[in-house]
This record gives sequence, structure tokens and C-alpha cells, in this order.
Amino acid sequence: MRSQPVILVLLVHLCIPFLSSSLAISPGEGYTVNGRVKIPSLGAQGLVRPGKLSNIKVVLNGGQRFTLLRPDGYFSFHNVPAGTHLIEVDAIGYFFSPVRVDVSARNPGKVQATLTENRRGLSELVLEPLREEQYYEIREPFSIMSVVKSPMGLMMGFMLVVMFLMPKLMENMDPEEMRRAQEEMRSQGVPSLASLLPGGAARS
Amino acid sequence: MDIRVFLLLLLVLVSSVEHGFSLYEDQVGLMDWHQRYIGKVKHAVFHTQKTGRKRVVVSTEENVVASLDLRHGEIFWRHVLGTNDAVDAVDIALGKYVITLSSEGSILRAWNLPDGQMVWESFLQGSNPSKSLLSVPINLKVDKDNVILVFSKGFLHAVSSIDGDVLWDKDFSAESIEVQQILQPPESYVIYAVGFVGSSQFDVYQINAKSGELLKHKSAAFPDGFYGEVLLVSSDMLVSLDATRSNLVTISFRKEEISFSKTHISYLVGESLGIPVILPSKLSGILAVKFNTLLVFIRVKSEGKLEVVDKIANAAAVSDALSFSEGQQAFALVEHVDGKILLTVKLSHDWNSDFLKESIAMDHQWGLVQKVFINTYIRTDRSHGFRVLIVMEDHSLLLLQQGEIVWSREEGLASIIDVTTSELPVEKKGVSVAKVEQNLFEWLKGHVLKLKGTLMLASPEDIAVIQDMRLKSSEKSKMTRDHNGFRKLLIVLTRAGKLYALHTGDGRVIWSLLLPSLRKSGSCKHPTGLSVYQWQVPHHHAMDENPSVLVAGRCGPHWDAPGVLSFVDTYTGKELNALGLTHSVAQVIPLPFTDSTEQHLHLLIDSDQCAHLYPRTSEAIGHALRSNCIGVVDEYCFNSSDLWSIVFPSESEKIIATATRKLNEVVHTQAKVIADQDVMFKYISKNLLFVATIAPKASGEFGKPTPEESWLVVYLIDTVTGRILHRMTHHGSQGPVHAVLSENWVVYHYFNLRAHRYEMSVIEIYDLSRAENKDVWKLLVGKHNLTSPISLYSRPEAMTKSQSYFFTQSVKALAVTSTAKGITSKQLLIGTIGDQVLALDKRYLDPRRSVNPTQAEKEEGIIPLSDSLPIIPQSYVTHALKVEGLRGIVTLPTKLESTTLVFAHGVDLFLTRIAPSRTYDSLTEDFSYALLLLTIVALIAAIFVTWVLSEKKELQEKWR
Repeated sequence: MRSQPVILVLLVHLCIPFLSSSLAISPGEGYTVNGRVKIPSLGAQGLVRPGKLSNIKVVLNGGQRFTLLRPDGYFSFHNVPAGTHLIEVDAIGYFFSPVRVDVSARNPGKVQATLTENRRGLSELVLEPLREEQYYEIREPFSIMSVVKSPMGLMMGFMLVVMFLMPKLMENMDPEEMRRAQEEMRSQGVPSLASLLPGGAARS
Repeated sequence: MDIRVFLLLLLVLVSSVEHGFSLYEDQVGLMDWHQRYIGKVKHAVFHTQKTGRKRVVVSTEENVVASLDLRHGEIFWRHVLGTNDAVDAVDIALGKYVITLSSEGSILRAWNLPDGQMVWESFLQGSNPSKSLLSVPINLKVDKDNVILVFSKGFLHAVSSIDGDVLWDKDFSAESIEVQQILQPPESYVIYAVGFVGSSQFDVYQINAKSGELLKHKSAAFPDGFYGEVLLVSSDMLVSLDATRSNLVTISFRKEEISFSKTHISYLVGESLGIPVILPSKLSGILAVKFNTLLVFIRVKSEGKLEVVDKIANAAAVSDALSFSEGQQAFALVEHVDGKILLTVKLSHDWNSDFLKESIAMDHQWGLVQKVFINTYIRTDRSHGFRVLIVMEDHSLLLLQQGEIVWSREEGLASIIDVTTSELPVEKKGVSVAKVEQNLFEWLKGHVLKLKGTLMLASPEDIAVIQDMRLKSSEKSKMTRDHNGFRKLLIVLTRAGKLYALHTGDGRVIWSLLLPSLRKSGSCKHPTGLSVYQWQVPHHHAMDENPSVLVAGRCGPHWDAPGVLSFVDTYTGKELNALGLTHSVAQVIPLPFTDSTEQHLHLLIDSDQCAHLYPRTSEAIGHALRSNCIGVVDEYCFNSSDLWSIVFPSESEKIIATATRKLNEVVHTQAKVIADQDVMFKYISKNLLFVATIAPKASGEFGKPTPEESWLVVYLIDTVTGRILHRMTHHGSQGPVHAVLSENWVVYHYFNLRAHRYEMSVIEIYDLSRAENKDVWKLLVGKHNLTSPISLYSRPEAMTKSQSYFFTQSVKALAVTSTAKGITSKQLLIGTIGDQVLALDKRYLDPRRSVNPTQAEKEEGIIPLSDSLPIIPQSYVTHALKVEGLRGIVTLPTKLESTTLVFAHGVDLFLTRIAPSRTYDSLTEDFSYALLLLTIVALIAAIFVTWVLSEKKELQEKWR
């Protein structure tokens, strides 16, 4: 006889994170682990849209076995021996924590599941993504700041400062000092590049 | 001063960027390419009845179930099942579900035909290993009666095709019958299960299809015994070979009594032709028997009489019979006739009429036809046309229709064994002026568009054009060497023994070669390719010669089988030379020497531990030191002797992983300057070996061992002296272990049973014997040991540092980036269980990380310690793509120091270019030259304007 895995929803003591749902004893050595993947951001009732589900894989023990999701989001592993196992969910775009699942031989019918990332116990084997994953950098919308901040923008900005702000500054300067500076310039002739450099300033 | 401010600002801007690898969505495909494959097709089922999309559902040797478009060969959907979930059978049920039976008949799945969503999954119980048979009724009625019959593991199961419920099952494991065939005649509620008991008894079970009740059991003894399997030739007749393999036995099983009829084969075919093999093609009334190269078609007449219909000398493959209109049945036969393939479609009942006869010229690099699948369609004139899907020797898949190849898929690339690279030829000088002008115009136009794009002025069409332009930039797919070394040839060896050259720019196949030395032949029965090496790299001596590669293989599954070597020119794709070796090939060691024609010396170690030197030239022998082989007169053969051995206690340790440094890895500096202006010397040795052992008890299945009885021991061993430089035990840990060794560090990934999480550890090893060298005074006075001779047998003091971190995911492959000069910082490339490749900065795996790094350490770039390694989604180098069935990651340095090429292969192929410390030595792709140009123009204009203004002002001043 094929075992009929019955999914019971949590009715065990609230404080103990025991899983009543995910076990069905089958003849032979193994147990059946049932669970469900739920992605809240898609669909109204936490159900994933059918197309999206088809590429989500559930991995037992680091690649020992794979299974896929049924349209309702449920999955099951059959013939799992008693012991401690690891279930991972592989879904592009979502980050799932691996789940530690203890299948107990002594106490058939009870499975304990813990998220290994944050050590949170699960009352039911319902796996939800910890976060969504965004694989691409978000391109920032065009802003005047980004142009200004770019090297060319800085160059332009500097030029503008020299063009418009410098004459203003010159006007505010003391006429005495101005004359002196102009004389100095005249004595030097055409301002050369050398005088702009720090060394040139020292020489003058 | 302003310049300084400017530079400072620039620096701030550059340093504000966070990750080494990140991509904008519109940059996908600029630097990377991704190719999707399915592997060698095992089964194919056509779905062409309805007017909708014509498709074929296939299952492959890579455990892929896929639906392909019949028009273009594109993949509609695809599922890569686990490595131990091999598909046994595929069929279509109810016209809307694809049914697959996998894992030796224990998992039955139904997939929705249009989109590939799994509809139901059934686990079938059973314990006896047996043949797995799948039988799906053809009728399209949707009701509970529509059962799928599965025979697997000694049980016959009837499964509802609507929801996968097991309606009934019948246990045959107690009957000791080896069930060979299951059949349900149409419009009948009786299922026949036929098989052998022992080797000489034939049994028939009749089972009620509705309840699984046993209706009748017949049994008959056949004293001569049977050999092999039975073939169902018609609904009431089976054919098999007798134990001596010289007689064909027809078995009639539907009547009251089972009757056998024996026919001697040599009497049938006239002469003795060798050992007969019955082909498993279901041809309805005809069976095909293969003798070496000759294919004999034998018709089964009533009363078990046999008659030879035809003998075909160079037949390659026969399809199953396909019934089309008015109960007519046709099948396809493929022959190889002087370089072309001859496709014949014949009607089963009328041998002499060839329904279709087409001769198709074909690329020789595809090899022989191995499998053929036939499908029919209605032509516009209402006659029947046929198309066939053929699987070739190199695993490629072709669709033939109307004497033409409609499409082909190079499925050999789904099973890459080894990868190497070859440089492209240098560009020839002399470019015409017209071309330059053309280019200039195009260039300007392109940049105007790009400028529009940056200023967000571009219309959607413009954006599309920009995107297209960037993707199709001819620059990256040119057939010449480029300045940055991004363009190369990837030479890949596949399981089929075919060598492909892929262009790194766009992934197209430049040439392919089905290696003649790796094809099945009389002397080489089961050839397998092993590895591929760079043989001749044009350098200063032999600049004009084409580069070539060495392909090593062996003639059999065992490692003591004789080896084969093949030398292939990487520009032309021609085999230059092939050697069938007298010795085996256990290991190939490329040596760091070349001869005058720039051929690299390779040392081949055989299974008797003798070393053989190639190329066999007198120049090469000049490098040799040791005495020659004893008992063999061969100048190029050398003895080996045991230098050292380390015995791991077998009751507590078992080797599960090793790692060595990549031979071509370049290390830039041996010294590492740490925060307090101190220097540490890296222990850098090419002879470093990492070995991981685990407790034998923990080597079994996951979840079985307890933390107390499992441990992982890691060693760092110097391979010259056998000295253990470092040994460390991780209690409560188990494999699988993936490790990568580079420079002076090793990173490994394993499972921690106590925390029940994966962990990654790093060990860095430093040389203490040179620690005194950092004293400048000593250097000046001359009291340093820099000039003292270094011996590989010396025992320098080494110091190790190590740290462990949690890592969330299972790992399939581990690699490290490699650059031309080794200056750029490293990134680990982690192939995750989700078939993605994650780039993780080596700085996260630095044993000097602490919870509160000092200011000086922070400046050095040490990240505060955290218990787990971060997984930043933007640092997936495969971004939103998957490299299904990931098997290996190869990194290839480019000429540009900052950049490295990453090639990930599995069922899919993926190549991208990454810069672990950003592209500090070149401008990025999206650098806007136009904006630069515009700025320069604006600046010049401004200079003139200001000049004019100042002139005017000066004039005014003077007038005043």
C-alpha cells in the first residue's frame, strides 16, 4: 500500500515547536516528509502563481535528492530515514533559510524543524523566504546631481565658478590690492602656466 | 590646489562604490553569455496532434526533461532532475501531461505539457530491483479509468493519470518472475505481464485492469533457455534468443497454451554472420537483428514462421513504428552511404515500397547516427509527410524534414569534461580608409545615441537600438587577439570525445572536431576523453606556428587501459597527430619547460607508476635526470620510487578531498604588510597539498552520523618532503568537502553537524624563517639570509592562522579568481546548490578578522568579524540566470590585470568577465566618451568667450 500522507495543521502545544504535519509512516525503513513553500508577496492567499512555481526546487541533504513543487506549493520526500536532515529551497529571486528537520524513529509522527539561519523553530513545515533577492543594481533615475558629480560635471562646475564667481570676488577686492596685482601681472607679461602651479606662487 | 581638490573628490566618488561585482539589468549580455542545453537525448515523444505549437518532449542522459519547439529547436521548458534521478521512460498521457518515470522506477511525475509545471508526483513502493516499464494508454478520455501502468521494483502499479493516485498494485516479488513486458491490448480490460522465471520458464499473467485482480496465470517451460530480453513484435507474439544465441524463439502467448517456435538463425539468413543482437525497435510484425555491421529485417508471420525481408549493410539506426492513417504503420531507417546519410521511411506491412527516401549531406563532425525518432505530419496536399529526430554520435540533436536539416543542437556541450584556452591570432595590419570613415560615422552616431541615453532623452526605440548596439558590438566577437586579452578560444573536451572551440566573446562554436582517436574502433572499444592541455603556445621561437592542444584519453573504463593522445591545431581545428599508447594514462603533469618549437613538456604517469616524457624529442630528454625504466627499452620512460608516505589510520580517517595550487597561478608579492607597518611573509610553495579526511562512520548518508562520532581532519602537506605543515580537527563535522588552494591560503567548505549548518574555513600559512628579513638595518649591514640558497628539502618554520564562518548554502563547486600578475585581490567563486555562482571577496575569509578591529586594521581593510559569511544578491556573477547542473568553474586571467574571465559549465554554459577590485586599469564599458567630448568642446568655447571678454575689459580699463 502506498502511504497516504495526511497534512494535519498544527494542533500541538504552542510552546513546543513540534511538527505534526510532516510525517507519515510508510512500510519499510523510511518516512515521508511533507512540506509547503509559501511566498507571501505573490498572489493573494500566499499562493504562488503557477508559472512562478515551476522552477522552484527543494533540496534534501545538500543535493542528495531534489523535488519540485506541486501547483499548490506542497512538496514531499519519500522514504527518508530517521535522523537529522537539511532541506534547502532553491528559488531564483528569493532567499530561503535552510531548514533542519529531525525525523525521529522513536516517536513516529513527529518531526521537528528549525530554520538554521536564525534558529527559529517551525510549527509547520511551511517555508517562507527570508527576503527577496535583487540581482541587479538599481539604476538611479537621471538627476542633475549625478551629472554634477561626474568628473566632467565637476570640470564644468569649476569652470562656471571661475567665470562668474571670480569676477564677483575681484570686485569685492580692495582696489589698492587689485592695482598691485595688476601691476604684478603686467610686469610678468602673459600669465604663464608655471605661475599657476604651486611652485610658481612661491617664486613670485 | 584645485587639482588636488578635484582629485580628492574623484577619489571620494570612486571609493563610494560598494561591491566588486554588480550589474545593472540593462548590462546583461554585455560581458556575459549563457547557453542552455539538455544533453544526449534518450527518449523522445512528439506532440503534434493539435494545431497549436508543435513540440517534442525529450529526456536525456543528463537527467533533463524538456519540451522543445519542433520548428526551431528552442527549449519551451526544461527541468534538470537530480544526479541520481535518472529518467527511465517518458510518455504523454491524456494529451496534456508529460509522464516521466525516474529513479529506477520509484518516482512517477506528471508535468503540464504547455508550461512544464509539475502536476503530481507519486512515489512507488518496492524493494526488488528490476526493469522499469511504463505503459500509458493512448485514448484521450479523461476519467479515472485512464490508468498508467508502471512496473518497477517487482511491483505492478496502476496509477491514475489525473491525480497520480495509485489505484492498485500487484506484488510480483514473491513469484520470482523477471517481468519483461507489460501490455494492454486496446479496448480490453486485461493486462498481460510476461516474463521469465529463471532462464528457461516463460510465464504469462493476466490481470484485470480495473481491480488488479489476477485472472489467469500460465506457465510454460522452454528447456533450451532464453538469452537477453524479449521483444514484442505484434500484439500476441514475442521474440527472443535462446541461450546459445543461435536460434530465434517466437513465443505466442495470447492463446490457451503458450507455444514456442524455434528457428535457426544461420538457416534463416543463409550463413553464419556472428553474434546476433535483437534491436529493441518496435516495428510491428518485423524485427531487426544486428550482426556486427549487418542489419537483418525478419518478418514474423503467423504460427511463428520467420522470413528474412532485407539485409542492410551499413545501417545506423531504426526507429519504432509509428501508426498513421488507416492503421498503416511506418518506421524510419537511417543508413550511412558515402559520407551522406540516407533516410528511408518504410511501411511495416509492405517492405518493398519506400514511402520516403532522402539523402542528406551532413557535417562529418557529427559522427554516426545513434538514435532515430519518427513523427508524421499532414502536408498541404493532405498526404503524409515524415520528420525524424536523430541523435548523433557526438550527442547533437537534429531534426530532418523534407531532405533538409531543419535545426540542430550541439548537445555535446552539456557534458564538458575539461577546459583549456588558446589565444587568437594577432590582427593583421592594413585597414582601408573607407572602413575608417564608415566606422567614424557609425561611432559618432553611436555616441550621440549613447549621450541621449545618459541624458534620459532617448525614446524607447532609441534605447532598444542602444541595447542592440552594445550586444552586437562586433568588437567582442572578432577573430583576432585584443589588447585586453578578453577574446580567446575556449577549447572544451566533451564526454562524447568531441573537441569544441568556443569564442569567449559570444560563445559561438568556431570549430568542432569529433576526435578520430577517441572514436570507437577495433583497438579501442570504450574510448573516454580525460583532459586537455596546452601543447604548443606560440611564443618568441615559434611565432608563426599555430597553437595546439594535447588531448589525453584512454581506451576503456579502467585506469590501466591503454592511453591515447591527440594533438589538435586550435586555429584550424584539425588533428595534427594521434598516438595510440602502449602504456596507460593515470595522470598527466604539464612541466614548466618547453622545447625549441615551444612545445610544452608533459609527463604522463601510467598505472605501473612509470613516467613517460612527451614530446619524444632529443631536446626534451635534456631536461631529464633520472634513470630509465627497467625492462623496457625506451629512452623516454622513467622509473619512479616512493619518496614518502603518510598513513592515515583507516579506522578513524578516510580521505575525501584534496586540493593543490593551480599550476599557472601567479603570485605578485610574497610579503604582506599588516596594520602596524609590520611585514609577514607568505609561505608560498608550488608543492603544497591540502588533504581532508573524515571519520569512516560519517562518510555515509547525511543525517545518519551523530556529531560525536564524526570529525573532519585537514592537513597541509609539503609534497616534496612529506612534512605535515599543519593539522587541524573539526569535531562534529562531515563532508562533502570542497576546497580551493591559492597563494598561501586554503578555503574549504564542509558541514557542521552540531550547528547543523554549513561552514567555511580558511587557513593561511606564513613563513617564519624569513621574518627577520624585514629589519632594514640588517639588510644594510648585510646580515640577512636573502641570498642563502633555498632548498626544497629545507624545513622552514611555518605559522598558520585559521578562522571558520557559517555559510548558508550547499556548495557544488569552489574556485578562485586568477589574474595575469596576481596583484588584484582575490574573490572566491562559489557554485551554490541553486546552480548560481556567487563571488565572495577573500577579505571575508581573513583569519585576522576580529570583532573590534583597531583603527589601523580598519584602514587596512579588515572587516569586523561576523559569524556567517554574507550573501549579497548583487554579487552573484550569474545574476538572475542559472547554470543548470553546475559541475565546474574555470577562471582564466586576461591581459588586463584587473579582470578575469569566469567560465561555469554544467548542463548550461555561462561565461562572464569580472573585476574583483573593479576595473581600476581601464574605463568601464559605459563610459560616455561623448560627454567627455562635449565637456572639452564646452571648455574650449568657454576659454574663447572669457578671452574675448577679458580683452574687452582690458580695453575698457585702458580707455578709462
